[in-house]
Amino acid sequence: MELSYLEEVVVEATIKLLRRAATEIPPDVMNALKNALRMETHELAKRQLELIIKNCEIASKENVPICQDTGLICFFVRVGDEFPIKANLYQLLEKAVRKATKTIPLRPNAVHPITGINTGDNVGRYAPVVETELVPGDSLEIKVMLKGGGSEYPSRLYVLKPSRALEVLPKAVLTAIAKRAAFSCPPIIVGIGLGSTVDMALRLARRALMRPLGQRNEDSMIAELEEKLLKMINRLGIGTMGLGGDITALDVKIEWAHRHPASFPLGIVLQCWALRKASCTIRPDGSYRLGW
Amino acid sequence: MEHLLHTPITEDEVRRLHVGDIVYLSGIVVTARDAAHRRLLQLASKGAPPMDFKGLAIYHCGPIVKKSEDGSYIVVSAGPTTSARLEHFTELVVKVLGVKLIIGKGGMGKTASEIMRRHTAAYLTLPGGAGAIAAKAIKRVVDVKWLDLGMPEALWVFEVDSLGPLIVTIDTHGRNLHLEVIRKAVEKAKRLSSGNLK
Repeated sequence: MELSYLEEVVVEATIKLLRRAATEIPPDVMNALKNALRMETHELAKRQLELIIKNCEIASKENVPICQDTGLICFFVRVGDEFPIKANLYQLLEKAVRKATKTIPLRPNAVHPITGINTGDNVGRYAPVVETELVPGDSLEIKVMLKGGGSEYPSRLYVLKPSRALEVLPKAVLTAIAKRAAFSCPPIIVGIGLGSTVDMALRLARRALMRPLGQRNEDSMIAELEEKLLKMINRLGIGTMGLGGDITALDVKIEWAHRHPASFPLGIVLQCWALRKASCTIRPDGSYRLGW
Repeated sequence: MEHLLHTPITEDEVRRLHVGDIVYLSGIVVTARDAAHRRLLQLASKGAPPMDFKGLAIYHCGPIVKKSEDGSYIVVSAGPTTSARLEHFTELVVKVLGVKLIIGKGGMGKTASEIMRRHTAAYLTLPGGAGAIAAKAIKRVVDVKWLDLGMPEALWVFEVDSLGPLIVTIDTHGRNLHLEVIRKAVEKAKRLSSGNLK
């Protein structure tokens, strides 16, 4: 496939994006980890947080992946309706993933569900995961998240009775976390999706994880719920890696959608402390800027 | 308390470990995840394990390993994976293969700790996600088996120097720190969400 200049730029920028996500902890996450270390009183938790912070510093300095599980690669793409590349974008993302897997290197994590055979390059059926949105304008925004396997283990979907949903919601969230958060490398970040169809609730929960830590939902009712849940979760005593401690979650993020009157889907997607994400915006002239 | 251990690990050394102790481990550590454990089980049941595991450490880890130009392997990032998935292989690992230390993250359950108590083995954790630091302690890839399972699932035999700090969380004296924390958290979750707690 002969690539145009702009297509080359998309591949190059995506590789840089993947490298940044795999090897550099985002500043909001580093701040949250340092705050957690300041507030933590349990010795084992403090010792592990210190090691986690040191690990991030080494990874960034030596340009190696923070964690060996470089995850299933998830892209969130916003395509401006005047940006020249459209359907071909999927192929370009795949090309970038293949190259990045070799050069960074990333761990090949795309495995056939029945045979267990690894494709070897992180590209396969619906891998990488790509969520696309069409937006006005002429640029292309690509965000990436490397979603580790262990952190998916405790994720849950509940369909609550609408008449009792708001009373039951804290219990569903707290129980899921109390029982299984230790498997997903706490201090965790909790993504919650409220409403819509069941699949959309989980998608919202995953998308919620991309919002900067410390930033509340713009809807004050939702923001209040985020804060309330965060306080409750941090009273569970799970601590770093589930060995006991004051800080179990770095943040709680909720996204919502209107729901059917008869159902109240609640999606919970947990994220390990190593929230690896990065973003970039590409202009039609081929200039681009990396961000978080 | 801190312990500097070297494989092969003796039963006396395991008995001296208590929950909360710190270990720095040197010697031979073998990685194994889901697919490797399945294959180990098949081979061990035929009486033909691929190597002698007695006194060694099994590491729940799927590393990133790079092959350098001269054909040798370089371990790039190698932190622990979630051990709960491998709970049902504990008897194989500890009783049949004679492994003395299991290293992972997130802890193991009641069945695993009971088997470890009975056959004198301990579980140690490394902070999950800290793959860059863990890789530093790996001095050499001694061997690799079963690359057909893919890089993360293969059996990597590492020589390590002071791998740690490893935290003892399941000992032979009946303690399982993970379960203690979970039990308290579930109880607290119940009280918090029923509104009985301010």
